[in-house]
Amino acid sequence: MDRNFKQQLMAYMAGNFTCKEIAGLVTDYLEGSLTVPKRLRFQMHLGLCFACRNYLSQMKYTVTTLRQLPSEPIPPQIKSELLRRFQAWKKGQSS
Amino acid sequence: MSLYMGPWPFGLFFGMTAPTLQETIHLDEAGLVQALQRGDEAVFSAVMDWYAGSLLRLAMAYVPSRAVAEEVVQETWMGVLEGLGRFEGRSSFKTWLFRILTNRAKTRGTRERRYEPLGLAGQDSDGEEGPSLEDSLFVTEGSGKGHWIDPPQGWEPDTPERALLSKECRTAIEEAIQGLPGNQRQVITLRDVEGASSEEICNILDISETNQRVLLHRARTKVRHVLEPYVRGGNM
Ligand SMILES: [Zn+2]
Repeated sequence: MDRNFKQQLMAYMAGNFTCKEIAGLVTDYLEGSLTVPKRLRFQMHLGLCFACRNYLSQMKYTVTTLRQLPSEPIPPQIKSELLRRFQAWKKGQSS
Repeated sequence: MSLYMGPWPFGLFFGMTAPTLQETIHLDEAGLVQALQRGDEAVFSAVMDWYAGSLLRLAMAYVPSRAVAEEVVQETWMGVLEGLGRFEGRSSFKTWLFRILTNRAKTRGTRERRYEPLGLAGQDSDGEEGPSLEDSLFVTEGSGKGHWIDPPQGWEPDTPERALLSKECRTAIEEAIQGLPGNQRQVITLRDVEGASSEEICNILDISETNQRVLLHRARTKVRHVLEPYVRGGNM
């Protein structure tokens, strides 16, 4: 396809969202907070632009990676101290 | 969850679904609170284990050291014991718990001069100055305006599990989070690291959904940037 034509078609289909605007909307898109027309325009752009598609999947990758950070364990001495306090609290409640 | 986005990504984004605390201890929200109020130690222990990591991480987004964060977590549970008898379930237990933490953490953070108030000074309170990291990725003038300077490539491998095998990469991400302005750090910790819902986060941090998404977006953009060298060009 003629490159110029393709670019024009893309701009038309994508409702003139620039790649920069897409990048700015990535979080709103992933969080499901775009309005329906905006989401469609977003997806139109994505369907025609591999760079933005890659950027979106990089962002998803980032989120998934963050979700997989190991959790911070509670230090055992703090936990046993708190359990002791809980027992004391329970005694105080029932008396 | 698949990270692959086909050429016509009309699919929705599905969040990861992990078992909830309620599913783990076989109690619903009301049952959980009642068990705690009657002094069920096994439930208290399970609830502590369940939230310990999240509370500690969130505390670290307010105070300068892990040691202080641990103290804040301890104070939080004491606060739970103080308030448990009067807890009526007007908010969820989780929201209540995390609000106790943020209140204690703010007090400690102010004392330790680390806490940056959320939302008070508007969106500039995170100290963002000049063009953002995101702006720097795009052509600013001429016919290519708004286009990528360096179009993003696909990241290898396709799933992040392997990326995390690299300790160096994990450290880089942890450091990136620690380096974020306080309010961004709080939001990304709750939303992405701990998987809280945006509604929960707005209640816990007392911010609007819009503000929350702005902060999340800035934080994610920075973490993505830090992650890039580890997943691009096989630097693992
Ligand atoms: Zn694009």
